[in-house]
Amino acid sequence: MVSLEHYLILSVVLFTIGVIGVLSRRNILIILMSIELMMNAVNINLIAFSSQLQDVIGQVFAVFVIVVAAAEAAVGLGIVIAMFSNKETVNVGEIDLMKW
Amino acid sequence: MEQFFQPQDLRAIAPELALTVFGLGLLALDLIVPDKRKLGYWALAGVAAAAVLLFLNRNLDTVTAYGGQVVVDPFADYFKMMFLLATGLTVGLSMRYLDIEGEQHGEYYALLLFAVMGMMFMAGGVDMVTLYIGLETMAIATYVLVGFLRRRPRSNEASIKYFMLGAFSSGVLLYGMSLLYGISGSTNLAEIADALSRRGADPVSLIAMITVSAGMFFKIGAVPFHQWTPDAYEGAPSSVTAFMSVAVKAASFAMLLRIFLLGIGPLREQWVPVVAAVAVTTITLGNIAALRQTNVKRLLAYSSIAHAGFVLLGLIAGNRTGMVAIVLYLFIYTFMNVGAWGIVVALRRGNVIGENIEDLNGLFARNPVAAVTMLIFMLSLAGIPPTAGFIAKYHLFAAVIETGHVNVAVIAALNVAIGLYYYMRLVVAMFIAEPAGAESVPFSRGVTSVLVITLALTILIGVYPNWFINLAQNATATLPVF
Repeated sequence: MVSLEHYLILSVVLFTIGVIGVLSRRNILIILMSIELMMNAVNINLIAFSSQLQDVIGQVFAVFVIVVAAAEAAVGLGIVIAMFSNKETVNVGEIDLMKW
Repeated sequence: MEQFFQPQDLRAIAPELALTVFGLGLLALDLIVPDKRKLGYWALAGVAAAAVLLFLNRNLDTVTAYGGQVVVDPFADYFKMMFLLATGLTVGLSMRYLDIEGEQHGEYYALLLFAVMGMMFMAGGVDMVTLYIGLETMAIATYVLVGFLRRRPRSNEASIKYFMLGAFSSGVLLYGMSLLYGISGSTNLAEIADALSRRGADPVSLIAMITVSAGMFFKIGAVPFHQWTPDAYEGAPSSVTAFMSVAVKAASFAMLLRIFLLGIGPLREQWVPVVAAVAVTTITLGNIAALRQTNVKRLLAYSSIAHAGFVLLGLIAGNRTGMVAIVLYLFIYTFMNVGAWGIVVALRRGNVIGENIEDLNGLFARNPVAAVTMLIFMLSLAGIPPTAGFIAKYHLFAAVIETGHVNVAVIAALNVAIGLYYYMRLVVAMFIAEPAGAESVPFSRGVTSVLVITLALTILIGVYPNWFINLAQNATATLPVF
């Protein structure tokens, strides 16, 4: 039987992988993927709670999070393309005109 | 369950609807109108329309709409008025500036209006879903605005950094929100507070509190989550930086206040030490880092980090005076900071970037009005009477001393002295240093009107603050205090 705890543990693990990915990877595209992973960990949380509490709001929230994640990915990739046309790199270590 | 939508709910969000309509209209007009600069006037018209609707709604005190998702109360109205003022001023700064940068596009003004629409939901939302959607509407529009000079590598870089850290912090914030939902079974802030006060401070509530606060501290640029601020502020178009440092920051504070006071208010004993530590380090680090900057935009960015720390002092106090001080500070900061950025915008002309402190050298000889105006904004940012900045700082210090946080007050007072030093560096450059070049610094009509408005208010609030204090008291009357 898969209980609420299992979902929460899965969500924590996914979220942590996402955070580590953002902090340690140097490739912008992989960082974007890690951010998606964090958002999806949140979605698992929301839906698990929603099913446990027999309350629909959590699922509504999850749908909104998915929509925002899509919008963010679109804008994020747009920004990466704008930068790529000036400087051909996707490595954050080379984006260093200004001090980090 | 009560009905989710009623026709009168539309009235409650009329200003937001007006901004959306004007924003979409601007996108359409962009295809037709050949002179893109004229679109700035349409944006001003949109802001004015929203302001009129906001004014007509002033008697809708504490109406909730959309099944308790959105509330119209004096607090929300106060912030909405502030956002509209800040946007109007930003449009004034932008119109000539975008021509100089060669990036005059209709989308710029549309994105500004969409960002403000998001901010209004951050101020008016009392439900995590509404707050989150408002936050993202604002943030996504701002990511694009920061990268608006798409042929300038610095603007690209600023946009990338702001986007990555912004999206990351939203993820952290969301994780906390999902836990709060799990704890309370509701996304409504009042119900979350109910559930938290029954449950007390157990590990899960604490993790939720910490992740939500970390997300919010990112948004206001507080230490240790401030690294994106100087880069984003330096690389962004100066007009957008002015907008970000006042409107985006104020909106984040509005949301932070709602979440901290309403949502996680029962955990106050746990979060006050955290906020106090963050506030003190933010003020100190922001000021010390500002000392050694050579770029005016970066210097003002660090100064804005320090100012965010000052505003947090009001939250530590947490009493009525503290709340009045916070909203008053944000209001005054809007004018003095947009004014200072107005001078930075005016220094950008032809092929002169005008961002380094040396570019200010001898400004008094080249344009005395600009130099004296900048001097007044610097005095106000430093908190010297009789400018508005003094009134703002005075109330914050009064609040923290009233509640017995004397240590915090002493550290903050020392920081005012450090702040005075780097603001005066700019003044010394303007008045004493040898002129860098002989050319004059002309003002465009937009910049002139912005400077007149901001200067008038900076001095007016400084010498006659009563009316504005009443306004702030009225706005915070419905906030829960401790």
